[in-house]
Amino acid sequence: MSVLVFLEHHDDQITKGSLAILTKAATLGDPDVAGVLVGSGVTAAASQAGKFGAVRVHVRDDDGVAAALPQPRVDVLAGLVREHGYETVLFAASVLAADVAAGLAARLDAGLNWDLVDLAVEDGELVGRRPALGDSVYVSVGWTGTPRLALFRSGSFDPSATAGGEPEVVPVDGELEDFSLAVTMVEQAHAESEGPSIEDADVVVAGGRGLGEPGNFRLVEELADALGGAVAATRAVVDAGWYPYSAQVGQTGKTVSPKLYVAAGISGAIQHKVGMQGANVIVAVNKDANAPIFEYSDLAVVADVHAVLPKLTQLVRERKGG
Amino acid sequence: MKIAVCVKYVPEGAARRIDSATKKLDRSGEGTLNPFDANAVEEALRLKDERGGEVVVVSLGPDKAADALRKALAMGADRAVLVSDQAAEGSDLVATSLVLARVLEREAPDLVVFGQQGSDSDGAVLWAAVADRLRLPVVSQAAELTLGDGSLRVKRQTEYGYDVLEAPLPAVVAVSDAINQPRYPSLKGIMGAKRKPQETLALGDAGVDRERAGWEGSRTTVLRLEPPPPRGESRRIEDDGSGAAAQQIVDFLAEKRLL
Ligand SMILES: Cc1cc2nc3c(=O)[nH]c(=O)nc-3n(C[C@H](O)[C@H](O)[C@H](O)COP(=O)(O)OP(=O)(O)OC[C@H]3O[C@@H](n4cnc5c(N)ncnc54)[C@H](O)[C@@H]3O)c2cc1C
Ligand SMILES: Nc1ncnc2c1ncn2[C@@H]1O[C@H](COP(=O)(O)O)[C@@H](O)[C@H]1O
Repeated sequence: MSVLVFLEHHDDQITKGSLAILTKAATLGDPDVAGVLVGSGVTAAASQAGKFGAVRVHVRDDDGVAAALPQPRVDVLAGLVREHGYETVLFAASVLAADVAAGLAARLDAGLNWDLVDLAVEDGELVGRRPALGDSVYVSVGWTGTPRLALFRSGSFDPSATAGGEPEVVPVDGELEDFSLAVTMVEQAHAESEGPSIEDADVVVAGGRGLGEPGNFRLVEELADALGGAVAATRAVVDAGWYPYSAQVGQTGKTVSPKLYVAAGISGAIQHKVGMQGANVIVAVNKDANAPIFEYSDLAVVADVHAVLPKLTQLVRERKGG
Repeated sequence: MKIAVCVKYVPEGAARRIDSATKKLDRSGEGTLNPFDANAVEEALRLKDERGGEVVVVSLGPDKAADALRKALAMGADRAVLVSDQAAEGSDLVATSLVLARVLEREAPDLVVFGQQGSDSDGAVLWAAVADRLRLPVVSQAAELTLGDGSLRVKRQTEYGYDVLEAPLPAVVAVSDAINQPRYPSLKGIMGAKRKPQETLALGDAGVDRERAGWEGSRTTVLRLEPPPPRGESRRIEDDGSGAAAQQIVDFLAEKRLL
């Protein structure tokens, strides 16, 4: 059951998410756990993987694969699976990893299970666990053959360093497909506008598209102010330019674990949930009684944000003032 | 320019609809156009307005999916192709991507557009598999899309901020749900949709061997279903429209010692 783990890196560091998957891979019973690193100047980072369970790291280090684009990575991983016969290939969820995993599935005609929160060996077979349909049901999933591909939901495991030593570093070469090199990165990872940190706040009030228009973020800001908290936002409103990226909570934004998280006009997509499920108390205001966010709220308020937020702000102020 | 949009038929209000006998999503109820795909259709229509040409929607799904395709036609798409075949039921990523790729090869569009995710599957992965089969460049999570001369430019968000990417056409692109505000079909659009060409293909018509689709062609399996792990008690209040629920929220926060 040899395992290959896709090691994503950023600023010369293998991501925490990838190391966590490596840690998990090392518990599956087969000592043949390898990693793969693809990028420019990444060889030095390979040794970081040893402590987390990798006995071998395949490294494709050249300028042609410098940009974080999926298709050249599919070429590299497909070559490794074909040559070394890896039976399982694991990925920590990210924008890049999801596209690599799906491209690889098509290339190898291999099964891909996504959004897994766990993986274990049951009666000699690998079984994944995946919450589905707004996390209202947990599904156990398998594969009909090898290679088996899996993408894990962000934050499912923590990385844990073991006694592992220096991994064997194996350089990889091989041709890349023309179509894999067709996309160019004109500008990479540009974070727009800095803002106050939301990660350390005890109270976070978050707004989503249900606010209706950018100006209505005022309702969220006033409530946050009354509660002494910070303001957060969903990707939908950040991408639409209503609020800065620095305030975004979720898979491609920040992870917060405040004492109180108030979600206003937020549907509660899993990619948002992974950034705030660690909050102690979650209060959601949504006018749709079936909104997925209610599946994981401590207090579900079926209401129009425009009616409830101003009143709530006023009542909180009165209470704190008096 | 010819634009193909891949759209999915999904059960309405996807939560809690598992059939315990088949361990699959219960698709017997009412269905609809995947809401995320309305953004994909809208973007294709916007590009058509800019450049002229044709928008064709492509789907793999049950016969009932034709209704969902009609919504895309009512929005303004020109033509619909639905692959519907009993033998395609249960298709996973590998099988679905193969079927769609075959249809797209036949259509040979300049651009293939996907939505952000299936509201029932939350996969957000299919485009990369289809692009690999088509041997075309792929760009995902597009929050802004502009066409150049034989190329496209995309601004998109990753874990580290915003990237700007460029790809030559033909290409595959998946759009974020923030890229636009989908239009509502006009009455004229709804009436006109009935007369637009709607083609239904069996697997064979699409050039796909039966054993490469459906349960047989899939490489993943569903073993069993379980209820989610219990979460602490959850309370629900409904506002009467006056905002009176605010008092109940305050009481709740006070009880939790959060005020
Ligand atoms: C790879 C990837 C990464 C992603 N990363 C993130 C991420 O980091 N963070 C993130 O947030 N999302 C992320 N997303 C997007 C995510 O899937 C959702 O699209 C997004 O979270 C939706 O934002 P929203 O809840 O603001 O909007 P919507 O889904 O449009 O929800 C708006 C909600 O407001 C409610 N509403 C409308 N009007 C009112 C009213 N007057 N009063 C009360 N309620 C109202 C509606 O019922 C609805 O539930 C990611 C997606 C992908 C594919
Ligand atoms: N059966 C299908 N037929 C056509 N397009 C689909 C189908 N399933 C998914 N899609 C497209 O792929 C996107 C992502 O879906 P998913 O990977 O299932 O979350 C959707 O937004 C659609 O654009």
